[in-house]
Amino acid sequence: MPPRRSAAASADSPAVFAALGDPTRLELVSRLSHAGPLSITKLTEGFVVTRQAITKHLRVLERAGVVRGAPEGREIVWHVEQRRLAQAKRDLDAIARQWEGTLQRLKKFVEE
Amino acid sequence: MNNLMTDRIEQSIEVQAPRSRVWKALADPQQFAAWFGIAVDGPFTPGARLRGTLVGTTVDAEVAKAQRTHEGTSFDLLVSEMDPERLFSFRWHPNAVDPAVDYTTEPMTLVEFFLEETPHGTRVRVVESGFDAIPLTRRAQAFEGNKEGWRIMVGVLGAYLDHAS
Repeated sequence: MPPRRSAAASADSPAVFAALGDPTRLELVSRLSHAGPLSITKLTEGFVVTRQAITKHLRVLERAGVVRGAPEGREIVWHVEQRRLAQAKRDLDAIARQWEGTLQRLKKFVEE
Repeated sequence: MNNLMTDRIEQSIEVQAPRSRVWKALADPQQFAAWFGIAVDGPFTPGARLRGTLVGTTVDAEVAKAQRTHEGTSFDLLVSEMDPERLFSFRWHPNAVDPAVDYTTEPMTLVEFFLEETPHGTRVRVVESGFDAIPLTRRAQAFEGNKEGWRIMVGVLGAYLDHAS
């Protein structure tokens, strides 16, 4: 493997990343992040896809531990799981630094 | 699937050195090994299939220490294009560190180094693409460095965490 990739992501993160690797799911997490918790009705507003499709996406996110749904009255209210996302964010931050580090080393090398 | 987000990594830096100097650091295997930390078993020529071995960078002791965890790991490196002082590109298997896994059946990613002259030196732009073809189970790990895509997510997650704390 390339050396810059030696920073291991936590074991949980690939599942989180895979779950987030879809524009609709990313948008759902984004909405819940800024305006959550939200009922399925509120959450579906503005999406062209059906409520059933949105629920499916939410279930994928739930399995990855990114969001959780709790019944409230006749509806399910969804919120994001802070701890799981905090870990994912730490991994992402580490990931984002990798190529940057490689180029920094090239810079140092050619400017010596 | 949004290709911008998942298929491609792009990152650039400006260095105070002429293009000829940067080109040498890329195209000369000994220099490449020194800063990148990967030694290859032959000269870089378009179409060459080389064996790369992790040796550790000489530029940064901390990084070299981390790289030594995987010291001696070897993998295929296929030289793609070499346009002197402009473009150097190769293909490899991202994150292929587990000796028990045969990565040769997986698609490779393409790494391209573009060099552009600037008033004070050279802009080095690196693009790695082809992640969408990598099996899903390894993709998240192979993503390391996906600045463009992951920055969006980091922003999303960061906004949430700031809001929540």
